Amino acid sequence: MTDLEEGSKVEAVDRVIIRFAGDSGDGMQLTGDRFTTASAVHGNDLATFPDYPAEIRAPAGSLAGVSAFQVQISDHDIMTPGDAPEVMVAMNPAALKSDLHLLIPGGTLIVNQDTFEERNLTKAGYDYNPLEEGEDLEGYRTISVPMTSLTKEACKDLGVKPRDAERSKNFFALGLVSWMYSRPTEPTFEWIDERFAGKEQIISANKAAFSAGHVYGESAELGDQRVVVKAAPLASGTYTNINGNTALSWGLIAASQLSDLPLFLGSYPITPASDILHELAKHKAFGVTTFQAEDEIAAVGAALGASYGGHLGITTTSGPGIALKSETMGLAISLELPLVVINIQRGGPSTGLPTKTEAADLLMAMYGRHGESPLPIVAAQTPSECFFAAIEACRIALTHRTPVMLLSDGYLANGSEPWLLPDVDGLEPINVEYATEFNHIREDGEADYWPYLRDEKLVRSMAIPGTPDLMHRIGGIEKEDGSGNISYDPANHSRMVEIRAERIKRIDVPDVEVVGDPDAEVLIVGWGSTWGSITSALGRVRSSGHKVAHVHLTHLNPFPKNLGDVLKGRNHILVPEMNTGQLSLMLRAEYLVDAKPISKVAGQPFTAGELEQTILNYVEEKSTT
Amino acid sequence: MTDVMDSEAVPETSRADWQSDQEVRWCPGCGDYSILTALQLLLPDLGVRREKTVFISGIGCAARFPYYMNTYGMHSIHGRAPAIATGLALARPDLDIWVVGGDGDMLSIGGNHLIHALRRNTNMNILLFNNQIYGLTKGQFSPTSETGKVTKSSPVGLISEPFNPISVALGAEASFVARSHDMDRKHLQEIFTRAHAHPGASFVEVYQNCNVFNDGAFAEITKKDARDDMLINLIHGEPIQFGSERQFGIVQTANGVEIANVSEVGIESLLVHDETRSDPSTAFALSRLAKGPDEPTPVGVFRAAVREEYASAMSDQVMGVTEERGKGELKDLLHSLPTWEV
Repeated sequence: MTDLEEGSKVEAVDRVIIRFAGDSGDGMQLTGDRFTTASAVHGNDLATFPDYPAEIRAPAGSLAGVSAFQVQISDHDIMTPGDAPEVMVAMNPAALKSDLHLLIPGGTLIVNQDTFEERNLTKAGYDYNPLEEGEDLEGYRTISVPMTSLTKEACKDLGVKPRDAERSKNFFALGLVSWMYSRPTEPTFEWIDERFAGKEQIISANKAAFSAGHVYGESAELGDQRVVVKAAPLASGTYTNINGNTALSWGLIAASQLSDLPLFLGSYPITPASDILHELAKHKAFGVTTFQAEDEIAAVGAALGASYGGHLGITTTSGPGIALKSETMGLAISLELPLVVINIQRGGPSTGLPTKTEAADLLMAMYGRHGESPLPIVAAQTPSECFFAAIEACRIALTHRTPVMLLSDGYLANGSEPWLLPDVDGLEPINVEYATEFNHIREDGEADYWPYLRDEKLVRSMAIPGTPDLMHRIGGIEKEDGSGNISYDPANHSRMVEIRAERIKRIDVPDVEVVGDPDAEVLIVGWGSTWGSITSALGRVRSSGHKVAHVHLTHLNPFPKNLGDVLKGRNHILVPEMNTGQLSLMLRAEYLVDAKPISKVAGQPFTAGELEQTILNYVEEKSTT
Repeated sequence: MTDVMDSEAVPETSRADWQSDQEVRWCPGCGDYSILTALQLLLPDLGVRREKTVFISGIGCAARFPYYMNTYGMHSIHGRAPAIATGLALARPDLDIWVVGGDGDMLSIGGNHLIHALRRNTNMNILLFNNQIYGLTKGQFSPTSETGKVTKSSPVGLISEPFNPISVALGAEASFVARSHDMDRKHLQEIFTRAHAHPGASFVEVYQNCNVFNDGAFAEITKKDARDDMLINLIHGEPIQFGSERQFGIVQTANGVEIANVSEVGIESLLVHDETRSDPSTAFALSRLAKGPDEPTPVGVFRAAVREEYASAMSDQVMGVTEERGKGELKDLLHSLPTWEV
C-alpha cells in the first residue's frame, strides 16, 4: 500500500461493513460504488447492497429520501454485504434517524455536522440536535465533521460556485473513509478524470473534496480509527467487480455468441430491470438489437416475433410486467417457440416496493398463466452467477423451443461482488438447428413439412420464415400433434397437454449438490439470491457445533432429478425464502415432505445473523423435544 | 442462403400456389372471401416469394386469414399482431410482412400496438378489415360501431362515438394511409399493390361486410349503383371530383374541406389531391368528410409520404456502431470494467 506511511500503527481487521447513508441527492450510490471499486482493486473480497428509495428525488432532507449503500470488504471469501454495519456515514439528520439503528453497538458514526441545523432536523423528525443533546448517539463512537464547509473551503480558490462545491461533499466523505481504510487514491482520481471528462471545474472540485477528506483523517488525529483489510486469498486469475444486471446482460450476449444467433431484446422500462436494457443497448457491436416497446405486452410480442424469425428473442421486466406478458407466454408455449423471459423480482403486489427486493414471483412463474402451461424456470444465486444463469436460460429456450423464465431479484440486480472472469473459450456452444427439408410423406406419396413432428425430447421441428418450400402456419388455437393443423379433437387436446408437460420434464438439469453435513437431520433448501445469507449463516451454525446440510436450487422447473432422494427421509427441512413460503409449497406438493418456510418479506434480504438465529433456535428446540 | 436466392428470378406462381390446403371457414357471403381472393390473385403479380411472405394476425374473424395463405403465418393473440410483426420485421428485414385484423382487434384491444407500429414506420402492410361489429363473439358493438347502434351489448343503443380508422392512422403519423372496400376487387388490388410497394408501415382500411351481424353496413356507399355518387376516389395530382356526372368536387375551407357543386365553384377551385404532403392536415380533413358510411366517402390513398423506415434505421445503427468499434468480442466485454489480478 503506497499511501500507508512508514511506521504508522495500522490495525489489521479481517473484514468490515460500511454503510454510506444520505439524501438521494447526496450521491451515496456513487460514493459507495467508488469505495467498492477501490477495495476490489485492492484485492478484498466484497459484497454490496445498494438500498435506495423509489422516488428519484423525494423532498430533500426527508426520511423518505434517504439513500444508502452498504458494502462488506474482507480478507477472506464472503457471501453477503454483511448484517450490521460497523461504520456508518450519515450525511444528514434523516440518514441518521433512519439508519442509526442498524449500526452495531460501539460502531463508528461519521456525520456531516453542517447539515444538523434546524430545518433539516425538523424534516427528519428531531426536535433537538442529536449531536448535542439526547441519548441517541450513546454507545457509538461519533466523528462529527463539518463536511460541507470544509468542502467549500477546499474549493474556494478553484473558481467553483459555492453551490457546485457543496455538491462535491460526498467526495469528502469518500476521501475520509478511503483514508480510514487505507484505500489507494489513484484509481479514484483516474475515475474522476474519466467520468467527468470535459467538466474541468467538477473534476477539480471533486478531487479537492476527496483530498480534503483524506487530509482530514490524517490531521484530525483519527489515527486510532485507521485499519487495514488485507487482500483476500482468492483463486488466482483476473477479477472484475460486477453487479447482477450487468452479469446477466453479458450472459445474454454470451448466449447469442454461443448459439450464433443475433440477440433481440424487447423491453419496457421498469425498475429494477431497466439496467439490462441500458446495458444491452450499448452493445450493438455484438449484433444486439434492443427495442424499447410501447408497453410490456409489445415488448414480449416483439421478442417472440424475433424468435419466430430465428433470432434469440428475450424480454426483461419485473413482476408487474410479467403479469402483462403472461398471455404471450401462453402463446409461446402453444407455438413451442424459444423465448427468454427475465423477471428481476421486486416487492409486490402491484407497484409494491419497486426498489426493494423480494422473491415472491416463483408461483407466478410456475403457475401464473391460463390453461395447462408449464415452462422451465431458472434462478440466479449471486450477482456474478447471473452470467451463467442467463446462458442456461437461453440454452434451454433455444434447444427445447420453449419460453423460459429466468428469475433474479433487486438484491442480485444491484448488488455486486468480485468475479473471477471465466475463460470464454471454455463456454459450451449452444447448437440450434432449424429445419430446411421436408420431414413427412403424405398419404398421396408427396413429401411435405410438418412443424409439430418431434424428436426424442419431444422438441418440435422449427422452420423459420424464408426457408424455401417449408411454408406453414402456426397459431394459438390447439393444433394437431404432428401436422400442426387446427384441431378441436378431444383426444388430441389431451395428448397435447400431456406433451407440453412431458417435454418440460425431459429437460436435463444438473443434480443438486448437498453441502455442509450431508447426513445431517436438518436440511436447508434455498433458491435464488438467498444463497449468500444461507451459506454464511450455516457456516456459523456449524461452528457452534450443529450439523446441518444445504442444497441450493438454480432450476425450479423441472426440479433436479436427485432432489426427491435428497429430501426423502428428512424430517427437518427448512426453506428460507423472500416470500411467505412458495418453494416450500412446491416441495410439499411435489415430494410430500414437511418443508417449513423461513419467510422474510420486508423488502430487504435475509441477514446471515437472523437466519443463523432462526436455524439455531429450530435446531435447539428440536433437540429438546 | 437468402442472398443467393434473391439473385435468382422469382418463380412464377398462380393463385393456387398461394392457397393453403386448409378449408376456409368464414360464414358464406362474408366480405372476407372477396378480400382473400383479391390478394391471392394479386400476389403472383407482386414479384414476391411465398417463403419470404409472412402473414401475422391477432384474433377475430379477419385474423383467420393466415391459415388460408400458403406462406409463413402466425395466428397470434388478440390485438398483438402489430407488436409481434414489429419484432419479426426488425429481426428479418428480408421478409414481406402482412398484418391482418379487424376493427376490434386493431382499434380496441390492440389500439396501442397499432398506433405505435404506424408511428415507428416499420416495414409491414397492415390490413384492417372494418365491419363495425364483433363477429367472432357474435355481435357486440365495436370501436367503429355508429352511435346509437343496437347490439347484444348495447340493447338500448350505443352511447359512445366511433373511431374513424383513417383519422386514427393519420393522427398516429402513419406514412401510408388508404381505404378500400370488399365490393371492388380491382380497387382493392390497386390499393394493396401501393401498400406493398410503400417502404414503411402501410395502413389500409377495408370496409368489409359482415352479412351475419351487421349486414349492409356499407351498402349505401358500396353497392354498384351508388358508388359513383357516394365514393370519392382520391387520385394523386388530380382535382378531387365525384358523382355520375363528376358534378361534385371537394374544396378547401377555413375549417377543412367540404363538398361543392363543380358548376358553382369551377373546376379550378377544387382541391388537388397530394398524397405526398408531409403535413397530414389535409388528409385528415378528407378523413373527416363523411361522418359514417352513409355519406359521400373518400376511398383510395389518403397519404403516401416518405419517412425513415424503422427497421433499416435500426440496422444502420447496429452496423454503424459495429463498423466504428469493430465486431464485439466477448472476452473484451468481460474485461471492460476495471479488472485486477490475483
